[in-house]
Amino acid sequence: MSPEEEDKFKRARRGRNIALALILGGLVVLFYAITIVRIGDG
Amino acid sequence: MKSIMTATVPPQAEPDALPAEWRDFFALTKPRVMSLVVFTGLCGLLAAPGSIHPVLGFTAVLCIALAAGGAGALNMWWEADIDAQMKRTAGRPLPQGRVGRTDARDFGIALAVGAVLTMGLAVNLLAGAILALSVIYYAVVYTIWLKPRTPQNIVIGGGAGAFPPLIGWVAVTGDITLMPVLLFVIIFMWTPPHFWALALFVKTDYAKAGIPMLPVVAGEAVTRRQIMVYSVLLLAVSLAPWWIGGTGAIYGVAALALSGLFVLLAVPVALRRAGAGDAMKPEKRLFAYSVLYLFALFAALVADRLILGQGALS
Repeated sequence: MSPEEEDKFKRARRGRNIALALILGGLVVLFYAITIVRIGDG
Repeated sequence: MKSIMTATVPPQAEPDALPAEWRDFFALTKPRVMSLVVFTGLCGLLAAPGSIHPVLGFTAVLCIALAAGGAGALNMWWEADIDAQMKRTAGRPLPQGRVGRTDARDFGIALAVGAVLTMGLAVNLLAGAILALSVIYYAVVYTIWLKPRTPQNIVIGGGAGAFPPLIGWVAVTGDITLMPVLLFVIIFMWTPPHFWALALFVKTDYAKAGIPMLPVVAGEAVTRRQIMVYSVLLLAVSLAPWWIGGTGAIYGVAALALSGLFVLLAVPVALRRAGAGDAMKPEKRLFAYSVLYLFALFAALVADRLILGQGALS
Protein backbone atom coordinates (compact mmCIF):
# COMPACT_ATOMS: atom_id res chain seq x y z
CA MET A 1 0.00 0.00 0.00
CA SER A 2 1.45 3.36 -1.07
CA PRO A 3 1.53 6.31 1.39
CA GLU A 4 -1.36 7.94 -0.54
CA GLU A 5 -3.45 4.78 -0.31
CA GLU A 6 -2.65 4.42 3.36
CA ASP A 7 -3.71 8.01 3.95
CA LYS A 8 -6.98 7.39 2.07
CA PHE A 9 -7.50 4.18 4.07
CA LYS A 10 -7.05 6.00 7.38
CA ARG A 11 -9.35 8.86 6.35
CA ALA A 12 -12.13 6.48 5.31
CA ARG A 13 -11.80 4.49 8.55
CA ARG A 14 -11.73 7.64 10.67
CA GLY A 15 -14.86 8.97 8.95
CA ARG A 16 -16.69 5.70 9.60
CA ASN A 17 -15.61 5.63 13.23
CA ILE A 18 -16.82 9.18 13.81
CA ALA A 19 -20.16 8.42 12.10
CA LEU A 20 -20.59 5.29 14.22
CA ALA A 21 -19.74 7.20 17.43
CA LEU A 22 -22.34 9.86 16.59
CA ILE A 23 -24.98 7.22 15.82
CA LEU A 24 -24.29 5.34 19.07
CA GLY A 25 -24.35 8.59 21.06
CA GLY A 26 -27.65 9.53 19.42
CA LEU A 27 -29.16 6.14 20.25
CA VAL A 28 -28.09 6.45 23.89
CA VAL A 29 -29.86 9.83 24.15
CA LEU A 30 -32.94 8.53 22.27
CA PHE A 31 -33.35 5.39 24.39
CA TYR A 32 -32.87 7.43 27.56
CA ALA A 33 -35.61 9.85 26.41
CA ILE A 34 -37.94 6.97 25.42
CA THR A 35 -37.42 5.34 28.82
CA ILE A 36 -38.25 8.56 30.69
CA VAL A 37 -41.41 9.09 28.59
CA ARG A 38 -42.60 5.48 28.97
CA ILE A 39 -41.96 5.49 32.73
CA GLY A 40 -43.89 8.76 32.94
CA ASP A 41 -46.80 7.12 31.04
CA GLY A 42 -47.05 4.12 33.26
CA MET B 1 -22.43 -15.32 -4.81
CA LYS B 2 -18.72 -15.18 -5.58
CA SER B 3 -19.29 -15.55 -9.31
CA ILE B 4 -21.86 -12.74 -9.31
CA MET B 5 -19.41 -10.45 -7.53
CA THR B 6 -16.66 -11.26 -9.98
CA ALA B 7 -19.00 -10.43 -12.85
CA THR B 8 -20.24 -7.11 -11.52
CA VAL B 9 -17.30 -5.50 -9.72
CA PRO B 10 -14.94 -3.69 -12.07
CA PRO B 11 -11.42 -5.16 -11.85
CA GLN B 12 -9.91 -1.80 -10.94
CA ALA B 13 -12.09 -1.48 -7.84
CA GLU B 14 -11.65 -4.36 -5.40
CA PRO B 15 -14.34 -4.21 -2.72
CA ASP B 16 -11.97 -4.98 0.16
CA ALA B 17 -9.11 -2.72 -0.93
CA LEU B 18 -10.36 0.26 1.09
CA PRO B 19 -12.89 0.44 3.91
CA ALA B 20 -16.14 1.93 2.65
CA GLU B 21 -16.78 5.52 3.66
CA TRP B 22 -19.86 6.40 5.73
CA ARG B 23 -21.25 8.15 2.64
CA ASP B 24 -21.34 4.84 0.81
CA PHE B 25 -23.44 3.25 3.54
CA PHE B 26 -25.67 6.32 3.57
CA ALA B 27 -26.14 5.95 -0.20
CA LEU B 28 -27.29 2.34 0.36
CA THR B 29 -30.32 3.67 2.23
CA LYS B 30 -31.65 5.42 -0.94
CA PRO B 31 -31.89 8.85 0.75
CA ARG B 32 -34.11 10.38 -1.95
CA VAL B 33 -36.72 7.64 -1.68
CA MET B 34 -36.39 7.89 2.10
CA SER B 35 -37.32 11.57 2.05
CA LEU B 36 -40.72 10.73 0.53
CA VAL B 37 -41.16 7.84 2.99
CA VAL B 38 -40.32 10.07 5.97
CA PHE B 39 -42.63 12.80 4.74
CA THR B 40 -45.66 10.55 4.15
CA GLY B 41 -45.01 8.69 7.44
CA LEU B 42 -44.84 11.99 9.33
CA CYS B 43 -48.03 13.18 7.61
CA GLY B 44 -49.85 9.97 8.61
CA LEU B 45 -48.72 10.56 12.18
CA LEU B 46 -49.73 14.24 12.22
CA ALA B 47 -53.10 13.63 10.55
CA ALA B 48 -54.13 10.82 12.91
CA PRO B 49 -56.72 11.54 15.59
CA GLY B 50 -55.48 11.36 19.17
CA SER B 51 -52.09 12.26 20.52
CA ILE B 52 -48.56 10.93 20.86
CA HIS B 53 -45.66 12.26 22.94
CA PRO B 54 -43.23 14.18 20.68
CA VAL B 55 -40.33 11.87 21.67
CA LEU B 56 -42.35 8.80 20.67
CA GLY B 57 -43.57 10.55 17.51
CA PHE B 58 -39.97 11.32 16.58
CA THR B 59 -39.00 7.71 17.35
CA ALA B 60 -41.81 6.39 15.13
CA VAL B 61 -40.73 8.52 12.15
CA LEU B 62 -37.06 7.62 12.75
CA CYS B 63 -37.96 3.91 12.78
CA ILE B 64 -39.95 4.27 9.54
CA ALA B 65 -36.91 6.01 7.97
CA LEU B 66 -34.39 3.44 9.25
CA ALA B 67 -36.53 0.49 8.16
CA ALA B 68 -36.95 2.07 4.70
CA GLY B 69 -33.17 2.60 4.58
CA GLY B 70 -32.58 -1.03 5.56
CA ALA B 71 -35.03 -2.23 2.90
CA GLY B 72 -33.26 0.01 0.34
CA ALA B 73 -29.88 -1.52 1.28
CA LEU B 74 -31.31 -5.04 0.93
CA ASN B 75 -32.73 -4.06 -2.47
CA MET B 76 -29.29 -2.83 -3.59
CA TRP B 77 -27.65 -5.99 -2.21
CA TRP B 78 -29.98 -8.21 -4.22
CA GLU B 79 -29.92 -6.12 -7.41
CA ALA B 80 -26.19 -5.26 -7.57
CA ASP B 81 -25.70 -7.00 -10.92
CA ILE B 82 -28.86 -5.43 -12.41
CA ASP B 83 -27.79 -1.98 -11.14
CA ALA B 84 -24.40 -2.41 -12.84
CA GLN B 85 -26.14 -2.68 -16.24
CA MET B 86 -28.26 0.48 -15.94
CA LYS B 87 -26.91 4.00 -16.43
CA ARG B 88 -29.17 5.41 -13.68
CA THR B 89 -27.89 2.95 -11.05
CA ALA B 90 -24.37 1.98 -12.21
CA GLY B 91 -22.79 4.58 -9.91
CA ARG B 92 -24.24 3.01 -6.74
CA PRO B 93 -21.76 1.77 -4.08
CA LEU B 94 -22.16 -1.96 -4.86
CA PRO B 95 -21.68 -1.95 -8.64
CA GLN B 96 -18.78 0.46 -8.12
CA GLY B 97 -17.18 -1.95 -5.63
CA ARG B 98 -17.05 0.65 -2.84
CA VAL B 99 -19.06 -1.58 -0.45
CA GLY B 100 -18.82 -5.37 -0.17
CA ARG B 101 -21.96 -7.33 -1.00
CA THR B 102 -22.27 -9.06 2.38
CA ASP B 103 -21.58 -5.75 4.17
CA ALA B 104 -24.57 -4.21 2.35
CA ARG B 105 -26.78 -7.18 3.26
CA ASP B 106 -25.76 -7.13 6.93
CA PHE B 107 -26.16 -3.35 7.10
CA GLY B 108 -29.68 -3.63 5.65
CA ILE B 109 -30.72 -6.40 8.03
CA ALA B 110 -29.29 -4.55 11.07
CA LEU B 111 -31.12 -1.31 10.17
CA ALA B 112 -34.43 -3.04 9.49
CA VAL B 113 -34.40 -5.33 12.55
CA GLY B 114 -33.25 -2.50 14.84
CA ALA B 115 -36.00 -0.21 13.54
CA VAL B 116 -38.75 -2.84 13.87
CA LEU B 117 -37.74 -3.81 17.42
CA THR B 118 -37.50 -0.18 18.51
CA MET B 119 -40.90 0.63 16.97
CA GLY B 120 -42.53 -2.40 18.61
CA LEU B 121 -41.04 -1.76 22.06
CA ALA B 122 -41.10 2.06 22.20
CA VAL B 123 -44.24 2.97 20.23
CA ASN B 124 -46.67 0.04 19.88
CA LEU B 125 -46.60 -3.58 18.76
CA LEU B 126 -49.03 -3.14 15.83
CA ALA B 127 -46.90 -0.35 14.33
CA GLY B 128 -43.82 -2.56 14.75
CA ALA B 129 -45.57 -5.50 13.09
CA ILE B 130 -46.73 -3.44 10.09
CA LEU B 131 -43.22 -1.97 9.79
CA ALA B 132 -41.78 -5.52 9.68
CA LEU B 133 -44.39 -6.47 7.07
CA SER B 134 -43.46 -3.44 4.93
CA VAL B 135 -39.75 -4.38 4.93
CA ILE B 136 -40.53 -8.01 4.00
CA TYR B 137 -42.95 -6.79 1.33
CA TYR B 138 -40.32 -4.53 -0.28
CA ALA B 139 -37.20 -6.67 0.16
CA VAL B 140 -38.72 -10.11 -0.50
CA VAL B 141 -42.12 -9.84 -2.24
CA TYR B 142 -41.15 -6.94 -4.53
CA THR B 143 -37.36 -7.08 -4.98
CA ILE B 144 -36.72 -10.82 -4.96
CA TRP B 145 -40.02 -12.27 -6.11
CA LEU B 146 -42.10 -9.97 -8.33
CA LYS B 147 -39.81 -7.38 -9.91
CA PRO B 148 -37.88 -9.87 -12.05
CA ARG B 149 -40.99 -11.97 -12.87
CA THR B 150 -44.01 -9.88 -13.79
CA PRO B 151 -44.70 -6.64 -15.69
CA GLN B 152 -47.21 -5.89 -12.92
CA ASN B 153 -44.20 -5.59 -10.55
CA ILE B 154 -44.76 -1.88 -10.02
CA VAL B 155 -48.46 -2.26 -9.19
CA ILE B 156 -47.89 -4.86 -6.48
CA GLY B 157 -44.54 -3.45 -5.38
CA GLY B 158 -46.16 -0.04 -4.97
CA GLY B 159 -47.70 -1.46 -1.81
CA ALA B 160 -44.29 -1.29 -0.15
CA GLY B 161 -44.10 2.48 -0.55
CA ALA B 162 -47.69 2.82 0.60
CA PHE B 163 -47.04 1.61 4.15
CA PRO B 164 -45.43 4.74 5.77
CA PRO B 165 -48.60 6.87 6.31
CA LEU B 166 -50.44 3.79 7.58
CA ILE B 167 -47.61 3.07 10.05
CA GLY B 168 -47.43 6.73 11.13
CA TRP B 169 -51.18 6.71 11.75
CA VAL B 170 -51.13 3.41 13.67
CA ALA B 171 -48.20 4.71 15.78
CA VAL B 172 -50.67 7.28 17.17
CA THR B 173 -53.94 5.34 17.31
CA GLY B 174 -52.75 1.76 17.87
CA ASP B 175 -55.42 0.38 15.52
CA ILE B 176 -56.26 0.25 11.81
CA THR B 177 -59.33 2.13 10.56
CA LEU B 178 -60.62 3.11 7.10
CA MET B 179 -58.72 6.44 6.92
CA PRO B 180 -55.15 5.04 7.13
CA VAL B 181 -56.15 2.28 4.71
CA LEU B 182 -57.28 4.99 2.25
CA LEU B 183 -53.91 6.74 2.64
CA PHE B 184 -52.31 3.40 1.79
CA VAL B 185 -54.52 3.00 -1.29
CA ILE B 186 -53.73 6.57 -2.47
CA ILE B 187 -49.99 5.81 -2.65
CA PHE B 188 -50.76 2.36 -4.08
CA MET B 189 -52.67 3.98 -6.98
CA TRP B 190 -50.08 6.77 -7.34
CA THR B 191 -47.09 4.47 -7.79
CA PRO B 192 -47.90 2.92 -11.23
CA PRO B 193 -48.37 6.20 -13.17
CA HIS B 194 -45.40 7.71 -11.30
CA PHE B 195 -43.07 4.83 -12.09
CA TRP B 196 -44.35 4.00 -15.58
CA ALA B 197 -43.86 7.62 -16.64
CA LEU B 198 -40.21 7.13 -15.61
CA ALA B 199 -40.05 3.69 -17.25
CA LEU B 200 -41.24 5.20 -20.54
CA PHE B 201 -38.18 7.42 -20.81
CA VAL B 202 -35.63 4.98 -19.35
CA LYS B 203 -37.14 2.00 -21.17
CA THR B 204 -33.95 0.97 -22.93
CA ASP B 205 -32.10 0.66 -19.61
CA TYR B 206 -34.69 -1.69 -18.11
CA ALA B 207 -34.73 -3.77 -21.29
CA LYS B 208 -30.94 -4.12 -21.14
CA ALA B 209 -31.10 -5.30 -17.51
CA GLY B 210 -33.84 -7.86 -18.32
CA ILE B 211 -36.43 -6.33 -15.95
CA PRO B 212 -39.96 -6.94 -17.33
CA MET B 213 -41.19 -3.37 -17.02
CA LEU B 214 -44.59 -2.86 -18.63
CA PRO B 215 -43.26 -0.71 -21.55
CA VAL B 216 -40.68 -3.43 -22.31
CA VAL B 217 -43.06 -6.40 -22.17
CA ALA B 218 -46.51 -5.05 -23.15
CA GLY B 219 -45.38 -2.09 -25.22
CA GLU B 220 -45.77 1.65 -25.02
CA ALA B 221 -49.44 1.84 -26.01
CA VAL B 222 -50.58 -0.44 -23.17
CA THR B 223 -48.38 1.43 -20.67
CA ARG B 224 -49.83 4.78 -21.72
CA ARG B 225 -53.39 3.45 -21.35
CA GLN B 226 -52.57 2.02 -17.93
CA ILE B 227 -51.12 5.36 -16.80
CA MET B 228 -54.45 6.97 -17.70
CA VAL B 229 -56.49 4.29 -15.91
CA TYR B 230 -54.48 4.59 -12.69
CA SER B 231 -54.55 8.41 -12.84
CA VAL B 232 -58.37 8.37 -12.93
CA LEU B 233 -58.47 5.79 -10.12
CA LEU B 234 -56.09 8.02 -8.15
CA LEU B 235 -58.46 10.97 -8.60
CA ALA B 236 -61.34 8.93 -7.15
CA VAL B 237 -59.32 7.41 -4.29
CA SER B 238 -57.71 10.72 -3.30
CA LEU B 239 -61.19 12.25 -2.84
CA ALA B 240 -62.43 9.31 -0.74
CA PRO B 241 -61.09 10.62 2.63
CA TRP B 242 -63.22 13.75 2.09
CA TRP B 243 -66.31 11.80 0.95
CA ILE B 244 -66.28 9.59 4.03
CA GLY B 245 -65.92 12.66 6.26
CA GLY B 246 -62.40 11.78 7.40
CA THR B 247 -61.08 15.21 6.37
CA GLY B 248 -62.40 18.73 5.89
CA ALA B 249 -62.74 20.98 2.85
CA ILE B 250 -59.07 22.06 2.84
CA TYR B 251 -57.99 18.54 1.94
CA GLY B 252 -61.01 17.96 -0.33
CA VAL B 253 -60.41 21.04 -2.50
CA ALA B 254 -56.63 20.41 -2.61
CA ALA B 255 -57.17 16.76 -3.60
CA LEU B 256 -59.61 17.74 -6.34
CA ALA B 257 -57.22 20.36 -7.78
CA LEU B 258 -54.04 18.27 -7.44
CA SER B 259 -55.56 15.03 -8.76
CA GLY B 260 -57.41 16.90 -11.51
CA LEU B 261 -54.09 18.33 -12.73
CA PHE B 262 -52.58 14.83 -12.47
CA VAL B 263 -55.26 13.51 -14.85
CA LEU B 264 -54.81 16.49 -17.19
CA LEU B 265 -51.05 15.81 -17.39
CA ALA B 266 -51.69 12.09 -17.93
CA VAL B 267 -53.98 12.74 -20.95
CA PRO B 268 -51.19 13.82 -23.38
CA VAL B 269 -49.06 10.91 -22.16
CA ALA B 270 -51.93 8.51 -22.85
CA LEU B 271 -52.82 9.89 -26.29
CA ARG B 272 -49.42 10.28 -27.92
CA ARG B 273 -46.93 7.89 -29.55
CA ALA B 274 -43.24 8.61 -29.15
CA GLY B 275 -41.16 8.57 -32.31
CA ALA B 276 -37.42 7.96 -32.64
CA GLY B 277 -35.35 10.56 -30.77
CA ASP B 278 -38.44 11.84 -28.94
CA ALA B 279 -37.63 14.16 -26.01
CA MET B 280 -40.46 12.56 -23.99
CA LYS B 281 -41.44 15.91 -22.50
CA PRO B 282 -45.03 14.99 -21.41
CA GLU B 283 -43.73 11.83 -19.69
CA LYS B 284 -40.96 13.74 -17.89
CA ARG B 285 -43.45 16.44 -16.90
CA LEU B 286 -45.88 13.86 -15.47
CA PHE B 287 -43.07 12.14 -13.56
CA ALA B 288 -41.81 15.43 -12.06
CA TYR B 289 -45.36 16.50 -11.18
CA SER B 290 -46.15 13.13 -9.58
CA VAL B 291 -43.43 13.68 -6.94
CA LEU B 292 -44.69 17.20 -6.21
CA TYR B 293 -48.26 15.85 -6.15
CA LEU B 294 -47.64 13.39 -3.34
CA PHE B 295 -45.87 15.97 -1.19
CA ALA B 296 -48.64 18.53 -1.77
CA LEU B 297 -51.51 16.08 -1.19
CA PHE B 298 -50.13 14.87 2.14
CA ALA B 299 -49.22 18.42 3.18
CA ALA B 300 -52.88 19.34 2.51
CA LEU B 301 -54.00 16.41 4.68
CA VAL B 302 -51.89 17.67 7.59
CA ALA B 303 -52.93 21.30 7.04
CA ASP B 304 -56.56 20.18 7.11
CA ARG B 305 -56.07 18.36 10.40
CA LEU B 306 -54.04 21.15 12.03
CA ILE B 307 -56.36 23.95 10.93
CA LEU B 308 -59.78 22.28 11.09
CA GLY B 309 -59.15 19.50 13.59
CA GLN B 310 -56.78 18.52 16.35
CA GLY B 311 -53.14 17.62 15.55
CA ALA B 312 -51.59 14.41 16.82
CA LEU B 313 -48.65 15.73 18.85
CA SER B 314 -49.53 16.39 22.48
